[in-house]
Amino acid sequence: MQVRTIEFYTERGLKMHIPDGFLNVTTVATTCVVSVGGVANAVRVVGKKLGEKNVPLMGVLAAFIFAAQMLNFPVLGGTSGHVIGAALAAILLGPWSAVLIMSCVLIAQSLIFQDGGLLALGANILNMGLIASFGAHYLYRLGILVLGDSRKSKLISGFIGAWSSVFLAAVACAIELAVSGVLPLGVVLPAMAGVHALIGVGEGLITSVVLSFVLATRSDLLQLQRI
Amino acid sequence: MKLKWWHIGLVISLAVACLSPLASASPDGLERVAEDYGFVALAQEAPFQVIADYVFPGIENEAVATILAGLIGTLVVFGAVYVFFRLLRSKTGGVSG
Repeated sequence: MQVRTIEFYTERGLKMHIPDGFLNVTTVATTCVVSVGGVANAVRVVGKKLGEKNVPLMGVLAAFIFAAQMLNFPVLGGTSGHVIGAALAAILLGPWSAVLIMSCVLIAQSLIFQDGGLLALGANILNMGLIASFGAHYLYRLGILVLGDSRKSKLISGFIGAWSSVFLAAVACAIELAVSGVLPLGVVLPAMAGVHALIGVGEGLITSVVLSFVLATRSDLLQLQRI
Repeated sequence: MKLKWWHIGLVISLAVACLSPLASASPDGLERVAEDYGFVALAQEAPFQVIADYVFPGIENEAVATILAGLIGTLVVFGAVYVFFRLLRSKTGGVSG
């Protein structure tokens, strides 16, 4: 099996979840504990309320999110972004379901595709599983509360929820990097927040488009219980 | 086998995976910040490599290798999630419908 060096990765410039080596031991341990707790709770909550119809939808969402994460789009000169997908999952199936879907995607990405470190899984699941899902969920709900329940407001709220999920995940990542001593917070936070504010626009647009498609073709799916 | 909506959803996902060679090759958000601020070298390589970096090993054409990686990942993730939730439902009873 060909061993690829880090130069290979940076030359290819593909997407990168947090690799091993960025975060210090304390941060790895803390994020792992939080993530294990969060995922365990998600299993408990979803297990209680899981309906039969939700099961294939979970699978399809996970598959779609995995595939969509491969499609980096340019955001700025020489920088790209990719969707997280947690927002779409949270809006369609609820935040705890999204936590489980995202965890599966992230674990597969780390184990099979070496995207994201093994030790860093705790942080990656915390950021892109828990924080992104709940951020999207609450901001989507806030949007519906403020703007109403019309199709248009669902799409706008979806955009807001999705953008927020990326932004919040990036902020969390910046904090983890700062706490690990990689860079001072005053440097890494604006850097991460800035680029991900742009990437979030992509996530917002893609999420609204997919949401619009689902609303148009299978709006009954939105009546499924969201866990 | 009757065509169900989620079959279509899975096919759409596989189609999306086929678009992967068209993706931007620029470094993404975190990697870009890591490069610009000089900490990208901290990254450690994984202890094992399977389909590292979404490139199926041993295939010369990089686009084909990427698509293959995408298709495999999409199917594996679908299967794993489907099986996981089926098991979860059978263990906890869930709700009907």
